[in-house]
Amino acid sequence: MQSELSIVWIYPDLLSTYGDQGNVLVLEHRARARGIATRTVHVRSADPVPQYGNIYLIGGGEDRPQILGAERLRRDGGLRAAVARGAALLAVCAGYQIMGSVFGGEDGRPVEGLGLLDISSGRGERRAVGELVADVDPALGGLPRLTGFENHMGVTRLGPGVRPLSRTVVGTGNGDGTEGCYAGRVIGTYLHGPALARNPALADLLLSWVVGPLAPVDDVWYQRLREERLAAALPGAGSSL
Amino acid sequence: MSQLPLRAQLASALGRTAATLSRATGRGDGSVIGGRVGLMLEPDLLRKLAADRKLVLVSATNGKTTTTRLITSALQELGDVATNAFGANMPAGHVSALAAAKDAPYGVLEVDEKYLPEVLDTTGAGVVCLMNLSRDQMDRAGEIWLLAQKWRRALSGKPAHVIANCDDPLVTWGASTAARVTWVAAGQRWREDSWCCPECGGPLDRSASGAAWACRECTFHRPEPNWVLDGEDVIDPRGARWRLDIQLPGEANRSNAAMALAVAETFWVDPARALPRLRMVTSVAGRYTMVERDGRALRLLLAKNPAGWLEAFDVADPALPIILSVNAQGPDGRDTSWLWDIDYRILADRPVFVTGERRLDLALRLAVAGVPFQLCDSFQQTMALVPLGRVDVIANYTAFQQIRAEFGRAV
Repeated sequence: MQSELSIVWIYPDLLSTYGDQGNVLVLEHRARARGIATRTVHVRSADPVPQYGNIYLIGGGEDRPQILGAERLRRDGGLRAAVARGAALLAVCAGYQIMGSVFGGEDGRPVEGLGLLDISSGRGERRAVGELVADVDPALGGLPRLTGFENHMGVTRLGPGVRPLSRTVVGTGNGDGTEGCYAGRVIGTYLHGPALARNPALADLLLSWVVGPLAPVDDVWYQRLREERLAAALPGAGSSL
Repeated sequence: MSQLPLRAQLASALGRTAATLSRATGRGDGSVIGGRVGLMLEPDLLRKLAADRKLVLVSATNGKTTTTRLITSALQELGDVATNAFGANMPAGHVSALAAAKDAPYGVLEVDEKYLPEVLDTTGAGVVCLMNLSRDQMDRAGEIWLLAQKWRRALSGKPAHVIANCDDPLVTWGASTAARVTWVAAGQRWREDSWCCPECGGPLDRSASGAAWACRECTFHRPEPNWVLDGEDVIDPRGARWRLDIQLPGEANRSNAAMALAVAETFWVDPARALPRLRMVTSVAGRYTMVERDGRALRLLLAKNPAGWLEAFDVADPALPIILSVNAQGPDGRDTSWLWDIDYRILADRPVFVTGERRLDLALRLAVAGVPFQLCDSFQQTMALVPLGRVDVIANYTAFQQIRAEFGRAV
């Protein structure tokens, strides 16, 4: 294991609309709890994306920043190189769509993405706003249910090169009964903002891809929040972590 | 006003009756229901009530209610002022405010950011005061760049005189289509929403002092200010320096006061006349009020979004314990993601009590920030645990109203 885990937050100046910083903070917190030192780099959109990072994060944003972000990432090439050498990536909401081959930009006009995930996104009829609950693909090692909040108009079609991250129980997600997707060490999700705060197991999955098996940590506040949110989204279902 | 057509007179009278009934039955302060009843009977009521008055519209993400109050106070130098003092900032609230003061020659209306174009069109207001734009309740408020774009369209081709904070790049962009703008360098604490140029998306560079800004890729830059907030002072367009000395605490309120002075001057009320009136304002719809119970003196601070929390931290006393209360009802936004945009580490050295309907979201947020706290299941429990003496309270919208209700809204 290396001495320091490097976390790269891509374009907080463009794609950090609502609490996206939370994913950075949760990764740092859960690494620190296990004695793993971290170093976080905030990469503004005018700066090059470093290729040496271990975990990359990209968040949500409005239409225009999303288009600008996609153009700059395509031109820069750093993220593509990092993923090619095996770095982990969590792409949220607008950032998720950017990772596909195409997404709907202003007035729904298609914009070319990075093609790191075999998906294509367009614009749906209605805005999906609210709590989301989804069961994670068992192939990822038995992760507990996802809980989070979604706020988007996107509809995402998954190609054969990716697997759905989860199947929705409550909420819209990709729009076809699945939510998010993954391929290799790249994960995309519509759970916007601080998705990892309510899904610490997903944070641990990203960490374990880099540092290997992880020791358990004191999870009490994460778990209490999960229980409350799952109970609120699934009234009458009881605790079903 | 007194020349209202019969139908409008009737509509506004019935609206006032509904408002009185709402207050008498304890359902609310009446400022929305009255306007709704009036608008139902006469859809054109707002236009009619606004006609022949000198109106100021006040809009921003933060500080609307306080700035509206400060401007109102300054303009009372000239005569009666109609105003929606309790923050009912959509057309029904505007109708109630104007109907309640039908002979007032002046009006100062707080306007929800989204409604500004519609209300400007309807009322034909002569002065528009724009302070700041930042991320706010994304699940319902929408995206702020789009909002600024709507302001641009609404102001373009209108005679309104705009008073705008040129330290906020997005506000500057939103205001700059207006025919006439007075720029106020009123400061900007929250900068996380202005790293990129609203015009072209390029990076915005800041001067060493942090005040001036300019796009690295296009010509968009901070306009030369006419008024400048400089610490405790405001410098007017003639270069005269005025010590603010207002009673409302914190930098955000000095910023609000600077905007109010610039607005007052468009009505020929200069700082020598306006300032004494701004200094009379001590609390605004419960904000900054001190309430007492069981040996505790609570100061109530409202903070609805990350920029607002930053302002509240500036006001809160680091030597005192602090109660934080967060809800996620409709008016608060149902999504608590914004908690992760706030840096809570400033609270690490004082006793922190966490309550409200979404206290677990806040608890995890503080745990991750390394801030020790005590979780309280109710406000009563909080009051029992908090030490005797002075305490600061920061709450978001409905949490704040619940605490006010605990004290009988006497504040």
